[in-house]
Amino acid sequence: MRADPLGAPQLATGVVLFRRPFFWIIAAVIAVFIAAPLWGNDVQLRESLLLATVYITLASNLNIMLGYAGYVNFGSIVFFGLGGYICVYLMSAQAWPLAAATLVAGIAVSVLAYVFGIGILRLRGPFFALSTIGVNEAVKAFVSTFEPWGGSAGLYLSSELFQPLGGPRQALWVIYFLLVAVMGCSLYLSYGIKVSKFGLGLFAIGQNEDAASVLGVPTRRYKALAYSVSAFLPALAGALYFFKSAFIQPSDAFDLSLSTEAMVIAMLGGQGTVTGVAVGAYFYEELRGWLLTSETFSNFQLVIAGTLLLVIVLFLPGGLMGWLYERWPRLKRVLE
Amino acid sequence: MTALLDVQGISKSFGGVRAVHGLSFAVGAGEILGVIGPNGAGKSTLFNLINGVFAPDEGRVVFRGSDITGEIPYRVARAGMARTHQIVQPLERMTVLENCTVGACFGRENLGLSRAREAAREAAVFVGLGDRLDLPAAQLTIAGKKRLELARALSARPMLLLLDEVLAGLNPTEVEHMIGIIRRIREGGVTIIMIEHLMQAIMSLSDRIVVLNSGQKLTEGAPADVARDPAVIEAYLGDPALAAKLHAGA
Amino acid sequence: MLGIVASLIDGVLVGSVYGLAAMGLTLIWGVMDVVNLTHGAVIVAGMFALYLLTAALGISPYLALPPVLVGGFAVGVGLYWLAVHRMVGRPPLMSLLSTFAVNLVLIGLGTGIWGTVLFNVPVSLPGLSLGRYTFPGTHILAAVLTAVIAGVLYLFLYRTRYGKAIRAVAGNREAAELVGIPTIRVLSFAFGLGVALAAVSGMLIGTLFPFTVLSGDAYQLKSFIVTVLGGLGSPTGALLGGILLGLIEGVTTPFMPVSWTVVIEFVLFIAVLIAFPSGIFARRRT
Repeated sequence: MRADPLGAPQLATGVVLFRRPFFWIIAAVIAVFIAAPLWGNDVQLRESLLLATVYITLASNLNIMLGYAGYVNFGSIVFFGLGGYICVYLMSAQAWPLAAATLVAGIAVSVLAYVFGIGILRLRGPFFALSTIGVNEAVKAFVSTFEPWGGSAGLYLSSELFQPLGGPRQALWVIYFLLVAVMGCSLYLSYGIKVSKFGLGLFAIGQNEDAASVLGVPTRRYKALAYSVSAFLPALAGALYFFKSAFIQPSDAFDLSLSTEAMVIAMLGGQGTVTGVAVGAYFYEELRGWLLTSETFSNFQLVIAGTLLLVIVLFLPGGLMGWLYERWPRLKRVLE
Repeated sequence: MTALLDVQGISKSFGGVRAVHGLSFAVGAGEILGVIGPNGAGKSTLFNLINGVFAPDEGRVVFRGSDITGEIPYRVARAGMARTHQIVQPLERMTVLENCTVGACFGRENLGLSRAREAAREAAVFVGLGDRLDLPAAQLTIAGKKRLELARALSARPMLLLLDEVLAGLNPTEVEHMIGIIRRIREGGVTIIMIEHLMQAIMSLSDRIVVLNSGQKLTEGAPADVARDPAVIEAYLGDPALAAKLHAGA
Repeated sequence: MLGIVASLIDGVLVGSVYGLAAMGLTLIWGVMDVVNLTHGAVIVAGMFALYLLTAALGISPYLALPPVLVGGFAVGVGLYWLAVHRMVGRPPLMSLLSTFAVNLVLIGLGTGIWGTVLFNVPVSLPGLSLGRYTFPGTHILAAVLTAVIAGVLYLFLYRTRYGKAIRAVAGNREAAELVGIPTIRVLSFAFGLGVALAAVSGMLIGTLFPFTVLSGDAYQLKSFIVTVLGGLGSPTGALLGGILLGLIEGVTTPFMPVSWTVVIEFVLFIAVLIAFPSGIFARRRT
């Protein structure tokens, strides 16, 4: 019998994180993200790493639905965009400080996600996947005609709002570190869930939802919870990201290609693994950067993503981590 | 004797086909109740109706004194009922231990992770999978998967265990082994309802037998009586080999 | 009042073409439990095939139908072997992702080549006038052609051996194999057929409305709604569902901005799914 590419995941080992090497591996990654651009004050590096933090945040939260519970969320970008909108609106129209606006954005989006989730998570497989696109499109259409949020023209933030952070230049650094923090939380969250009872239930749902229900896993509640939890950090990331851009409009905020790329990253790295997301993001960024510099390929970003996804699904369903685990099984003791 | 499980007049139709009709019986605590009947008699449907996979069109299911009719499967599991499937449903990419831990975590006692792992380990060792705890379920043999199905159900420490053809597809040695396990499960205080085609096994294991035919209860009683009942033999005459075994197994 | 009736009749005409598109989707779904997310891209391909054949080769629009049908079938079989063959029997998540991936590639190539420019294939046909209302000839002819194709499909599925083989595989693949039906060939044929239907529907839609490379999404969504309305795996249901959707559109679209149509349709899709998990016109499927 052909060995499973991802082997048996290491579940249900309890949330005793500090004693596990992987906890410190994540910490090291975070440290690198913080230190690398600081060293030599490299703004260009910071900007490309910032994009990486967004990808990693989106992909690792997406993984909770996709890699753990087996539910494809095509429209996960809606959390990011909505978080951005709530934050920008609260700051520009209601003069809220950044911290409060961001936090409220995160909480509001999670609550909405839970409510919507209960409804659309009754749908199985492809129906659910398509309805997530529907949720994104519906929100996009709504926001495009919602005048208090700027309609299709969008909202602007005045540069005065950067003053509390010490002025525009310093604000960019602060935002970067906050986004690194959000990324770090995303990695720890997906790790923590994976080894917890909740994660065990999600994986059971992903393997065989009917059997899981018979075994006592509260499938409805867990799915909605996963959907809601997977919305929180992307909403925070969206809030921070669009604050930094000082401008938000529906076509950027709810751009499906971003969540598509997050999905490709999660699959490329290895669905259901935490390391895979970071690895996938790195590889994807590198590949994209290399291909986009060549004239012929610059229009074909999604073609690249699509080809990658196809190759992975056909030949390497366990992603890069799956391949690594097959060659060096002992890695599974250390990495998740 | 207050029944642990009381099935009262349940019926279920699927698009005009009556799968189960007016079925009633009770199971006392500590019993092993055997359910037999020709193919298509509605046995697996019965289990599905009891544990919540389908809601009956009519009738009630009362478990441990509470009405669980039409309750969702995971709430039934939480109430203390566990079940194995005729076609095994292992959680393929999870290990044996992880499979059982799911059962232990989400079963009656709703255990926390570390205690669940212990319970899971005990159950897995009990059925003889102690040497394969870290093996992905997909890599087990059929016999192994059947044992896993059982271990997983046991990990939940249920009060009532529904076994759906747990002996099917096993060779004689494996059948012997399973029968021993089932006896020991009952000795541990678990009530069992088992569907089985292996006549000798079910006749020797069961305290009482319920016979189904075309979705209705034909008769119930002690194994010896049921085996001699002409109506039962006639129902099986559609399957002469089985009828012969019925006769021989009494 | 008459205006509404005219709107409804036109809705039936256009809706039948939606039904044709959905037939391809539901056939594939019913036979091999695969959700073909390249459906939208194939519809667009049909539209562009129409454009290329009429503009570049000067062929009369409706003569494009046979080549689009045949070409669509060939593309469909190719798609089956590329993205679907290895996914049959695997969790549905995988075929969802593989067809999605192919869709990304196709749409990406399309936008790379043609951008998001609006294309139009002008077709002049005399319309049918009833009082103050004229029903465009293109709409009528499209509906007629749809009816013909649907009829041929029905005969094929129910009166020919190959059609019966397809239905057998759809009902129970293992049993069909045991009886000696070459299931893989049947699956690839069914997939090709489903894609051909989608391509032809795209071609017909191209005679009705202008389009861009990105139009596929909207029609794919309509196909999904129709499939859900009509019941999975039922081509007749798809046709009826398409007509129903056409009717709904005929009644609602005059009263609201275009951008909201998609939203309404999505909400409808989700609502119908939650209320009727197996479709409104569904025949019982095991």
